[in-house]
Amino acid sequence: MKSVKKGDERKKSAVKFGIELLELLRASGEIRLEDMDIEIGDLEIALLQPTTAVAPSKVVTPSKVKPWKILQLTFTPPIMEYPGQIVEVKLGATKGEGGTRGKSIVIGGEKCPAFYTFEKTPPHAPVVACDVFDTEIPLPKTLKTHVGDAINDPAAWAKRCVDKFGVEMLTLNLTSIDPSKKNTSPREAAKTVEEVLQAVDVPLAIGGCGDPEKDLAVFEKVTEVAEGERLLISSVSPYMDVKKTAETIKKHGHVALALTGMDINEARELNHKLYEILPREQIIMDTSTAALGYGLEFTFTVMERVRLAALMGDYELQHPMSSGTTNAWFAKEAWKKMAPKWEPRELRGPMWETITALTGILAGVDYFMMMHPTAIKTVKDVIERLMNKEAIEPEKIADWITMNI
Amino acid sequence: MAFATKLVSRDIALEMCPPLFSKEYEEAYKALWKLLKPPVKEIIIGKGDSALKIGGQYVMYRHELTYFNPTAIAIDVTDELPDEELLKRIKEVGGFSYTYLGEELKLNLIAVRSTSDDPAKFATTVKKVTENTNLPVILCSFNPNVLQAGLEHASGKRPLIYAATEKNWEDMAKLALMYKCPLAVFAPNNLNLLKSMAKTLIDYGVENLILDPGTFPYEGLINTMNNFTMLRRISCNEGDEVLGFPLIGTPIAAWKEQERAKEAAEWTETYVASMLITRYADLLIMHSVDGWALLPLTILRKNLYTDPRKPTAVEPGLRTFGEADENSPVMFTTNFTLTYYAVTSEIESSDTSNKCYLLVVDTEGIGVQSAVARAKRGLTAEMVAEAIKKSGIEEKVKHRKLIIPGMAAQLSAEIEDLTGWKVLVGPSSSSELPKFLEEHWYRKKEN
Repeated sequence: MKSVKKGDERKKSAVKFGIELLELLRASGEIRLEDMDIEIGDLEIALLQPTTAVAPSKVVTPSKVKPWKILQLTFTPPIMEYPGQIVEVKLGATKGEGGTRGKSIVIGGEKCPAFYTFEKTPPHAPVVACDVFDTEIPLPKTLKTHVGDAINDPAAWAKRCVDKFGVEMLTLNLTSIDPSKKNTSPREAAKTVEEVLQAVDVPLAIGGCGDPEKDLAVFEKVTEVAEGERLLISSVSPYMDVKKTAETIKKHGHVALALTGMDINEARELNHKLYEILPREQIIMDTSTAALGYGLEFTFTVMERVRLAALMGDYELQHPMSSGTTNAWFAKEAWKKMAPKWEPRELRGPMWETITALTGILAGVDYFMMMHPTAIKTVKDVIERLMNKEAIEPEKIADWITMNI
Repeated sequence: MAFATKLVSRDIALEMCPPLFSKEYEEAYKALWKLLKPPVKEIIIGKGDSALKIGGQYVMYRHELTYFNPTAIAIDVTDELPDEELLKRIKEVGGFSYTYLGEELKLNLIAVRSTSDDPAKFATTVKKVTENTNLPVILCSFNPNVLQAGLEHASGKRPLIYAATEKNWEDMAKLALMYKCPLAVFAPNNLNLLKSMAKTLIDYGVENLILDPGTFPYEGLINTMNNFTMLRRISCNEGDEVLGFPLIGTPIAAWKEQERAKEAAEWTETYVASMLITRYADLLIMHSVDGWALLPLTILRKNLYTDPRKPTAVEPGLRTFGEADENSPVMFTTNFTLTYYAVTSEIESSDTSNKCYLLVVDTEGIGVQSAVARAKRGLTAEMVAEAIKKSGIEEKVKHRKLIIPGMAAQLSAEIEDLTGWKVLVGPSSSSELPKFLEEHWYRKKEN
């Protein structure tokens, strides 16, 4: 390896320098410059026309010359334009809006894929709602601990979620209406809804039991007694009388959660049916959430495809997305006692729910139904960090190599 | 033609066509390779049996094709760890294993960090690590002298050099060339610099790069997500070759802020790692080796890197578990892979449940709930009846009682009508199966 020393070269012109450099290259096949300050431009002029200076057969092609300082390139962010936009849906209604909630919440409105904030910051942050049940259901111990003595008292449970875990919304699941269980009447169920509405002032979602007929009967009563509260009715599925369910939602000023089973066409069809009755601004969609390890990849990909298609202009898919993230607990690894190396499950479980949620957030979920307070807090923290473009200090992480843990 | 189709779907590699390697077809091979090569280059770390492929991605979204080479997870050790701890940690990493859907989930590399900044110490540690594990290694230091000392003891192992920075890039490039190793390029939250360095290093002759735009677990998380997303988009969708390299994330940086408690750092490290698995990291460096943290992560990785084009079905038909006899319970489920494995793992989990017959009904790989909901396109009582007939189960058991999934309860009456079997509605979650059998099959019989 030969060197060209600094001082000698400074006096010479760029072109002449270039030729000499090439002569050297011819001799050595490689060149090394030390401590030199040369404008890249100068060098390129000389090097890009090597054949005029020397016999081509022996020349090492100029690109083989090793750079001696960092070439200056510019990174241009890959920005795309999307013809579509997600509709905005308002949940809950304040006194001024015809309800009694302390505030209402708007979700949706995105104009680019989930948290591509190099393109656009989403107009509204995703919302985390906590699941509350109107009757005692089998819950993993890790979850039960946090409900405590409120387990058979939905109003107290709701209050606890808002006061203690700081959730912005609640999903009141009327599990007791299930005909194969308690078979609570629509009237009783509606009473529970009224009690919870009085106990807390956050917007509410109302969950049914999954029985198509019973759910409709209960929703008809609930939508009526809570007229104007802009409840999220969870859910309208293709197996129900879609028209009747949509009608009662519309009549009393609520919002529909359109639930389908990981099938984009089914989701499209259901929304299309709902359009006959409901304005788009009263529809949220849910393509179903499977737990981490139990089909989360289907959940993720269906959501990602729905959102991308919506942004590309697929009208029937341009709705905010909801995820029943509590389903994460269906994974036995979330709650089961396992060999000591996988413990403690008190951390494993909430992490299961957290990861199920964060995978959803990156696919475009706008509304989460969750349960574990630590998972809820983490997801809220992450949302806050994703919404804010903070000035970051690279040096804060730059020396992770040498840190002592 | 069939070969060509498989080439396009990446089911086979170009190398499977030997004639292409003859002189005659050299040009054709080059042209085809250019056409078929992944926009994110595939980089190999390690050698021989333990060589690990990183990157090699074709698409940004998994439904566009599939992701290749699941995000590799490296666990760190330092050159100041006492011997005993070092060996224990190496063993823990190598021994990590969890069986999921019939496959072993593993950790993939050891990252040796120089906290001492002392070449001799680093050399000794690298030597010990390579002597005690087959896993490929990452050598981490910003000091070229330290790295060179380590490389001397990992020669022939093709470790990843971490990392070239704005300051040390030239020395690192020389090391990468001298030891023929891939090189990581670190430019925290500075994509202009990252691109400039990548181009410079390519021109310098270093062909195998892995890019690190920095992982900011706390403030700056959004920048991290943006950087990874932009880099993947620019290589996959805009064909930028300078940035067409795998991406490395360092969730370990969550431990950087010392005031945080251990659990808090570990918690953050884990969920940030999960976000990076979703958002395009091809390699992660982590610190925690706790099972509660790594189990959900390795399962997430497996889920997202599952080929969406592959059928999600297992073979339908009758399965016999344990020494099932004429009095053993008969259950049915669908042939959706996840349902099937969830059920069989429960069957095998307890001594009471592992003696039974399981009838796997062909729903074309759809789960119970969706299959029932789809009615004629999914699961019907007729299908169950036919499966019973075809399976020959009626000759194997004396009783005529069928346990059906809780989610298929609405088919009960119809199944009874069509088959003459009595239906017992089982639990909705497979995890309650052993308990169900205990209570509704065995205990009842004793009565």
